[in-house]
Amino acid sequence: MTQLPTHTDKQLGLVIDLDTCVGCHACVISCKGWNTENYGAPLSDQDPYGADPSGTFLNRVHSYEVQPEEGDAQLIHFPKSCLHCEDAPCVTVCPTGASYKRVEDGIVLVNESDCIGCGLCAWACPYGARELDQAEGVMKKCTLCVDRIYNENLPEIDRTPSCVRTCPAGARHFGDLGDPDSDVSILVAERGGMDLMPELGTKPVNKYLPPRPKDQLAQQEEQIDILAPFLEPVATETKGFLSWLDKTLEKL
Amino acid sequence: MHPAPSVIVFSTFSGLGFGLLIFLGLGMPGVTGWSAFAFFAIAYLLAVGGLISSTFHLGHPERALKAFSQWRTSWLSREAWCAVVALTLMALYGAGLVFFGQRWILLGLLGAIASLGTVYTTSMIYGQLKTVPRWKSPLTPANFLSICIAGGALLSGEVNLAVLLLLVAGGVQIAAWIRGDTALAQSGTNMETATGLGNIGSVRAFEPPHTGTNYLLREFVHVIGRKHAQKLRIITIILMVVLPIILMLVPFNHFLALFAVLAHIAGVLTARWLFFAEAEHVVGLYYGKR
Repeated sequence: MTQLPTHTDKQLGLVIDLDTCVGCHACVISCKGWNTENYGAPLSDQDPYGADPSGTFLNRVHSYEVQPEEGDAQLIHFPKSCLHCEDAPCVTVCPTGASYKRVEDGIVLVNESDCIGCGLCAWACPYGARELDQAEGVMKKCTLCVDRIYNENLPEIDRTPSCVRTCPAGARHFGDLGDPDSDVSILVAERGGMDLMPELGTKPVNKYLPPRPKDQLAQQEEQIDILAPFLEPVATETKGFLSWLDKTLEKL
Repeated sequence: MHPAPSVIVFSTFSGLGFGLLIFLGLGMPGVTGWSAFAFFAIAYLLAVGGLISSTFHLGHPERALKAFSQWRTSWLSREAWCAVVALTLMALYGAGLVFFGQRWILLGLLGAIASLGTVYTTSMIYGQLKTVPRWKSPLTPANFLSICIAGGALLSGEVNLAVLLLLVAGGVQIAAWIRGDTALAQSGTNMETATGLGNIGSVRAFEPPHTGTNYLLREFVHVIGRKHAQKLRIITIILMVVLPIILMLVPFNHFLALFAVLAHIAGVLTARWLFFAEAEHVVGLYYGKR
C-alpha cells in the first residue's frame, strides 16, 4: 500500500561522516557485490567492457570542492544512497503499490514482482536514490541490506549493511535513528548531523555529519616542519673521495 | 528531463482525443448516426492510441493492470481510473447517438467530466513533483487542460469557441514558460542545500561518482537542445495558436481545417517536447549540472 505509515516502530538508517570518508568507493563495490546476488533482481551492467559502460548502483560516491570565504578549499567525498525518508515521495506516487515503507523498521522497499517500471518513483526522489535496471525493467534501490541485518545465518558482526561493514575508514554507521538513546542518534546530536535538501520536506532518516573545521596551514608564517632544522647539512666543507669526485666532475 | 517520444505522443494525442470527447459529451456538434460514428472513431483513435503509446515506456507493460490499485495516493493510478471511466461512459453515450439516434444528456455530461478529469490527472503526475520546480505549479494543469479544451474545440469544429480557447491556451503556455524560467532559482534548492555543505562555503562538483553515464543522467539531466528553446517557443506559439486561428478565420474549407488541425498538433508536440526537455530535476544539482 502506498499510503505512508503514520508511525514506524523503528527508524533504521545510516549516519555518514563526511569528515572521515576518504572517497575510496569500497562501499560502492561491496554494495553492488552483495545486492547483485541477493534481494531481488541482479544489478545489471550495460556494455561493461565496451566504449560506453553504465550500470545500476544503489550507492554512489560524489566528490565536491567547497571554497570557504577565507582559507583553503576543501575536498569532501560524499556517499549517497537511499535516505529512507519518513515522508518518502517515491512511495506515494507508485501506482501499483510496489513501493512501500515498512511499519516495523521504516525501510523503504520495492516489491519487484509488482513494479511496472514506470519510473515515476525515481522522478519523485530528489536524491537520485532509485535507478531503473535496464535489463530487468524494475526499479532498484537501497534495501538497507534487509537480507543481512536480520540474517541469523550470518555472524553477528556481519548483520549490518554491506557498505557499513566494508568501510575501512569507519565513516558509515548503522542503527535506529528513531531511538534518541541509540549510538547513531547520540553521534548525530554530538556532531550536528544534518538532512539533505531539508526544504523539500522529505524528512530523511539518514543523516550526514558535516566535516570538522580544518587547520589553516597556509596562514602560518613560520617554517611548518619542526624537524627541518635537524635535517640541515652538518658538513659545510667537503673532504675525502666524494670531495675529489665532486671537484673533478665540476672541472669536466 | 529526458523527452521520451512515447510520453510526448501519449500526452499530445490522448489530450486531443479527450478534448474532442468533452465537446461530444456536451453535444457539440449535435451529431447522430454515421457522422457521430466518425467523430467518436477519431476521438477514440486519438485517446486510446495515446494511452497505448504511454505503455511503451514501461519496464513491464504486462503488469499494467496493477496500476489501478493505488488511487488513494498516486496520480498515475487515478489517471488510469479516470481514463477507463471516461472511455466507458463515452462508449455508451456514443452508442446511443450512433445506433439509437438518442442523446443521453446526463451520460454525456458525466463522460465529459471524466474526460476532463483524465487530462487533469495526467497533468498532476507532473504538477505534483517537488523535484521539478518548473512543473510544481497550478500552471501545469492549467497548461494541459487549456490545450486539451482548445484542441477539442478545434476538432469538433466550434470555430468561434476554438479561436477564443486557443488564445487562452497560448496565454497560459507563455505564462508557464515565464514562471518556469525562474522556478528552480526561486525554489531555494541548490548545491548548498543538496550537499548540506553550504555553511562552509560555495560548493563545486569536483569529481562525479562514475566515469560513464547512468540512468539518472539519461533520465533527469537532459541538456541537449535547450539552446534552441527560445526559437522552439516561438515556433510552438505560431503552430499551436496563430496558424490555426488564421486558417479558421478565412472562409471555411475542409483542407484549410485539416491544415489547422495538423498545425495545432505539430505545435502541441513541440510544446510537450519543450515541457520535458526544459524541465530541471533537482538531482542534477548533485552532478553540478544545473
